[in-house]
Amino acid sequence: MKIAIASGKGGTGKTTLSVNLAAFISENDKVVLCDLDVEEPNSGLFIKGELIHEEEKFKMVPKWVPDKCTLCGLCQEVCNFNAVIKLEKQIMVFPDLCHTCYACSELCPEEALPMVPVKMGELKHFQLNNISFIESHLDVGREQAVPLISQTIEYVEANFDKDTIKLYDSPPGTSCPVIEATKEVDFVILITEPTPFGFHDVKLAIETVKKMHKKFGVVINRYGIGNDDVLKYCKDNDIPLLAKIPNDRFIAELYSSGELIYTKVPEVKKQLKNIYDYILKLKENNKV
Amino acid sequence: MKIAFTTKGTEWDSMMDPRFGRTEFILMFDEEKDELVNFDNRSIEGEAHGAGPKTAQQLLEMKPDVLITGNGPGGNASSVLEQSGTKIFVGAGQMTAKKAYDAYKKNELKAF
Amino acid sequence: MKEIVVISGKGGTGKTSITASIAYLGGKDIVVADCDVDAADMHLLMQPDFEKSEDFYSGEIAEINQDECIKCGKCKDVCRFNAIPIINKQYTINSLNCEGCGYCARICPANAITMIEQNVGKVHISNTKAGNIMVHAELGIGADNSGKLVAKVKKEAKLLAEKTNKEFIVIDGSPGVGCPVVSSLSGADFVILVTEPTVAGLHDLERVYQLVKKFNIKAGCIINKADLNGNVAKEIEEFLKKENVANIANLPYDETFTKAMTVGQTIVEYGESNLKNIVIESWDKIKELVTN
Repeated sequence: MKIAIASGKGGTGKTTLSVNLAAFISENDKVVLCDLDVEEPNSGLFIKGELIHEEEKFKMVPKWVPDKCTLCGLCQEVCNFNAVIKLEKQIMVFPDLCHTCYACSELCPEEALPMVPVKMGELKHFQLNNISFIESHLDVGREQAVPLISQTIEYVEANFDKDTIKLYDSPPGTSCPVIEATKEVDFVILITEPTPFGFHDVKLAIETVKKMHKKFGVVINRYGIGNDDVLKYCKDNDIPLLAKIPNDRFIAELYSSGELIYTKVPEVKKQLKNIYDYILKLKENNKV
Repeated sequence: MKIAFTTKGTEWDSMMDPRFGRTEFILMFDEEKDELVNFDNRSIEGEAHGAGPKTAQQLLEMKPDVLITGNGPGGNASSVLEQSGTKIFVGAGQMTAKKAYDAYKKNELKAF
Repeated sequence: MKEIVVISGKGGTGKTSITASIAYLGGKDIVVADCDVDAADMHLLMQPDFEKSEDFYSGEIAEINQDECIKCGKCKDVCRFNAIPIINKQYTINSLNCEGCGYCARICPANAITMIEQNVGKVHISNTKAGNIMVHAELGIGADNSGKLVAKVKKEAKLLAEKTNKEFIVIDGSPGVGCPVVSSLSGADFVILVTEPTVAGLHDLERVYQLVKKFNIKAGCIINKADLNGNVAKEIEEFLKKENVANIANLPYDETFTKAMTVGQTIVEYGESNLKNIVIESWDKIKELVTN
């Protein structure tokens, strides 16, 4: 059971929901929490467990072999991303611009650009009671999140069986990284705030998941502030509203110092239970 | 000495372009020959990513000894320029090319 | 003319609300550029009139001409992105998966594949309710922000500012630390860092500041919700001191932010509040820092 937790923009409470939901579910059930916001993985600030596995993650990029190269320049010509540049006496490769399409490498007549792995980040696997927490961290200076996201999902799918509830904390936005993170999931939870910004961004996010033909539901964070636009929109468009997390300064304070919320705010616990029940129902329906 | 400038035009009086990768022109002054040439770099607008290394490559083909620009090149472009030993001076983004040249001659620009 | 860029690293810090307030205060003296195209929300507060709009093209996607395709399958073999599935016995392009590398088009023996530049969004030039000229963009689903789009938005803003003799360009910068934010910063005279006193906020501030430092741009910082966590706020202040970044203001945790937004207003339009006064003072301080 794969569930993505996503939002149109950053700062709407995506991480807060992910870690609290994972911790809540873990009281009854095994759960995997996977932080795919690889540029800014913050879930680890809230969930501390025992590190049980760690691996470096690589992507393939071309590497110049000077002895074989005739400086014909074909590599630069075929690269659509300015990732291979021919200078007077050498070829330079920029791993961050490279999309690993293999064109330069395979079309080079002298085989002077073999593909080699370069490190892009690290994957860590922690265990805390019933929670398996997996996070990947893009190395500073690395720009492409997508290959690391797809490899992290592969790790999770390879190590946990199909029935386990897996929560994927997705990167913000509506561009490639979030599409990569939600491509294979069974269900998407969209979290937003009941404000004009939140309303505008969640509509974009809904458009995105619809385009990907995903089932989805909405959670409203900071409920009580702002207006009813999101609520009304969900109702008018038959979008399941999974939970309403109240607006409360105390919650913001707990977040700021990296603490779990539902253990201290009963209303949040109740709302998480609503989401959990919904997930269980989905799981039942999936089996049939 | 050959001195390159990132500029918005082709004349000594043209304003400097503070950007490196997406500079509109590269202006080059050859002190020995007392000659000013330019390269029109505006096609860089079409590049979604990697403007820095591409402009750096173009610049190196012109073989300058010194580059004068505004903010300075980003990481990828810097690593190209390092291959050539071109000296880079920054902080000339709000001047004309002429003023930038004078400032360079008076040692008023900061090395990158 | 001076270019002021507002950035924050992570989302949800109030960057757009603060930028919009500055835009409101600057009024006729400034041109506003919204380069935060992933979450382009500023227009919700500025009521732009979309006077001029232009399609924006960026990136390429392969297209297979079925009449010319000889079904040899070479394109599918070289594609590393699973972007060429066979549907109804035809090789087709999955546009969400295609990265636009052009490898298939290059090796197709029948020349049946062309790379088509994509219309990924729109760039608008507007007049706002505050009397600013505003340049803003919107992207379609799955389209990435890029250095190209940011450069385009900034270029339009600059041309307009020059033509109309404005004093400032205020730019809502892109998030993260990649190509778009490099493009946002390039050419700037002053950077406003907006942060919040959370563990994540501090971490992101340090990361994005490395870029600002590298480009040698003068910077100031606004700590939003400063009273939410005194300890982290203090850590941020110490960081600013160490790096010689001006601490422009500490804003209180205040729901006025959201209340003003809910009625489509900036903080400085919405009633009387302590927050409003601090924001007004901040803009004066910023102007002083930029011009000195």
